[in-house]
Amino acid sequence: MTAQRVVVDPVTRIEGHLRIEAMLDGKGTIQDAMSSGTMWRGIEIILRNRDPRTAWAYCERICGVCTTVHALASVRAVENAVGITVPRNADIIRNIMFLTQYVQDHVIHFYHLTALDWVDLVSALGADPAKTAALAQAVSPHWPKATTGYFSDVKATLSKFASSGQLGIFANAYWGHPAYKLPAEANLMAVAHYLEALKWQKEIAKIHTIFGGKNPHPNYLVGGMACAIDMQSDNAINMERLNYVKGLITQAQGIVENLYLPDLLAVASFYPEWTTYGGGLGNYMSYGDMPQNGIGDPSTFLFPRGIILDKDLSKVLEVDPTDPDQIREQVAHSWYTYPAGTEALHPWDGVTEPKYTGPKPPYKQLDENGQYSWLKAPRWRGKAMEVGPLARVLIGFASGRDDFKEVVTEALGQLKIPAAALFSTLGRLAARGLETRLAAHWLQAEFDRLVANIKAGDQQVADTTRWEPATWPAECKGFGFTEAPRGSLGHWVHIKDTKIANYQAVVPSTWNASPKDSEGQHGAYEAALLGTPMADPKRPVEILRTIHSFDPCLACASHVFGPDGEKLAEVVVR
Amino acid sequence: MSSSGHPKTTYDVLRAHGVDRRKFLKFCTLTAAAMGLDVSLVPKVVEAMETKPRIPVIWLHGLECTCCSESFIRSSHPIAQDVILNMISLDYDDTLQAAAGEQVEEIRRKVMKEHPGEYVLAVEGNAPTNDGGVYCTVGGDTFLNVLRETAEHAKFVVAWGSCASNGCVQSAYPNPTGAKPVHELIHGKPIVNVPGCPPIAEVMTGVLTYVLTFGRLPELDSFHRPKMFYAQRIHDKCYRRAYFDAGQFVEEWDDDGARKGWCLYKMGCRGPTTYNSCSTFKWNNGVSYPIGSGHGCIGCSENNFWDNSPFYDRLTSIPVPGIEATPDGVGETLAIAAGVGVAAHFASFMVKKGLDRSRGRDAESDE
Repeated sequence: MTAQRVVVDPVTRIEGHLRIEAMLDGKGTIQDAMSSGTMWRGIEIILRNRDPRTAWAYCERICGVCTTVHALASVRAVENAVGITVPRNADIIRNIMFLTQYVQDHVIHFYHLTALDWVDLVSALGADPAKTAALAQAVSPHWPKATTGYFSDVKATLSKFASSGQLGIFANAYWGHPAYKLPAEANLMAVAHYLEALKWQKEIAKIHTIFGGKNPHPNYLVGGMACAIDMQSDNAINMERLNYVKGLITQAQGIVENLYLPDLLAVASFYPEWTTYGGGLGNYMSYGDMPQNGIGDPSTFLFPRGIILDKDLSKVLEVDPTDPDQIREQVAHSWYTYPAGTEALHPWDGVTEPKYTGPKPPYKQLDENGQYSWLKAPRWRGKAMEVGPLARVLIGFASGRDDFKEVVTEALGQLKIPAAALFSTLGRLAARGLETRLAAHWLQAEFDRLVANIKAGDQQVADTTRWEPATWPAECKGFGFTEAPRGSLGHWVHIKDTKIANYQAVVPSTWNASPKDSEGQHGAYEAALLGTPMADPKRPVEILRTIHSFDPCLACASHVFGPDGEKLAEVVVR
Repeated sequence: MSSSGHPKTTYDVLRAHGVDRRKFLKFCTLTAAAMGLDVSLVPKVVEAMETKPRIPVIWLHGLECTCCSESFIRSSHPIAQDVILNMISLDYDDTLQAAAGEQVEEIRRKVMKEHPGEYVLAVEGNAPTNDGGVYCTVGGDTFLNVLRETAEHAKFVVAWGSCASNGCVQSAYPNPTGAKPVHELIHGKPIVNVPGCPPIAEVMTGVLTYVLTFGRLPELDSFHRPKMFYAQRIHDKCYRRAYFDAGQFVEEWDDDGARKGWCLYKMGCRGPTTYNSCSTFKWNNGVSYPIGSGHGCIGCSENNFWDNSPFYDRLTSIPVPGIEATPDGVGETLAIAAGVGVAAHFASFMVKKGLDRSRGRDAESDE
């Protein structure tokens, strides 16, 4: 094998448009890598001069896969700016919608976006249905569809589909690649569950529909939620609606505990080598979320806030996203220009102009020494960070939280691997499953909290005292955040004369998929690919495994705002 | 595995899956019901499923947020699995495709070459046209080129969602990338616009199954939208319409009217100017729709809805009263920021309905 460059474009089974170029040495090991976001929409430019109360809807359309997360960050930013504390019911309903998104998004990620990197569809055709049923029963004793007849039907469906000659989304993939290690029966079980999860995901989404009117893209409201609560009304959140939600939560817990987690651990147990690849940066960040006493009290967050550096789990550092010295974005390798002499800027002062300097399309390759992405490079105190499930689980674990320690320790024990194995591609996939377990559990707890609060006589869902823009300061700034399924999401808004003067979003996939910075530090995707051996560079399944372990979302990641030359004079920052 | 070989009909595939004739007929009846077809048309559905091979579909993604794909897989009747495995051959789709990179581009070229004039091009998102289209590239080429190239030999084009139909959020002022909807870029091809951000799941699968069943496009209005799903305003079939007619409105979020489920018109609801099936089908298998959960409609299936006045501003003009109004009759619907239309509308409307005029004045006095 000679040194070569492997290009994967489009990277499929993700949201948006991502291109990966990997440079291999003579042994087929990745020596250098480039992550390029190849789309840009300019939504923050579009937000300028609009009514801040409507910003959530524009922002929500940043992404329809992680629907709701940008809406949530946006209403929190505006509420922070104009000084609104939302009622407890609204906080809890938002938490329920947030957790619903976690469970739905993470299950879809496992089965529909990454499973086919580990599960060989063609091998499943040779499985013995009786042995598959035995395996399924051993892996998950409480999942009812584990009979020989069931797996015979699935196998028949699969075989006849394959023999139809029209393979649709499964055509031309990497079936038979030496990197696939599952026995035929495990493959058949996973394919059956791919279809089960596809049927189920539309159910859990109904929680968004009940509180927000539709999914994707449910409705939010600055000041609370629009879904009034009235136990005596047939036209509000009432007993029938709450019962509906409760049933969906119970069903979701069954899917997470009896389908997703057992499948995840079963698949992982066949790929121990992937606990040594894909670790990457070793720096992790979480803004924290799931407030129990309002968003202004991070000490009560179920997802704790913090930073871990250099894989050191002995200490968790503090992060303050509103501190101009901590989070700053660079554009050395991005298709933007900064004013002369400026290297990095905090989102409050976001000054950016798009300037494409890449090759004229159609092109064969990008230049790793030049600018090569529509994503900027955000850094925390100059360091590249990984955000997302692995970051959250490690920070929860390192913070000494019992719930995190319990799920992590149990999974490590089952897989018979040490905690250090979490710093890997497989560790990232496992962390996503473990936090889904927590999320499904918290869903019930939040539901109970909502019922208890209503029972105590509180039906309020919105605070409208500052709904009218006339009640706002002439100028104010706000920061809104959430821990989206893919990681830390921050929205920074500057409101002037009741209109949006400046809007910035720094999103999870911008952190993870970022290009190099001015010091040549790789972003998280790039760093995670280094050192990975590839068996057959023409069929890049190894690259897909690691990139998919982050669950890329490129529509989110590419953002920019136009020049905002004005210096802020007297500004209210709450 | 390759995608060559003789394509099988939907019935062939179902039969091969162990579905007997009885179950197959039931499946066809349900499909027909889902499309709102009369029972007398079931034999037509049966014939289509028995004789037609699965149509190859190339589903491209441009500048978008993937909410259309997400909505599509939420479909309850038919479910996504049936569409993908039994009804169409989804040969190219960045979001669900197992293969990546060169292998998927190879499939796209192969379908274009082997099935010219036969495949359906489904487009999610739109194309940026500024600066040579560099704001969205796929496989090293601009999405604009990929779209044009793929459309050339397509049988017809389905423009999913508001991005592909109207431009949606990235084409809102000042449209920094010059994003344009499909019908402004592709000419000489039949185009079906299926607007909404996203469209309702069953509207998406309904459009596809209609084409499979009848072998032709559904009847379209002058905006290329299927009349069967976009002929009426949300307002006209809204279950809260009676409160509008009675002059009972939510005046403030979370007020007593909100708890009783009164009309959201004064909170900016765009139901009166929005053509879509939300108030009939509802969302996520009939669970609710925006108005049903207390927030006004934001008009997401209407052209240029992001740049019409802020969606909490009350509509001051409601084009034409009455359930019989169709988009073609009304012309392009716009939420006009300032005007006197609504007062006149209320006056004439109240007379028409013969309702208590004092309630009518109540509504007018707030204008």
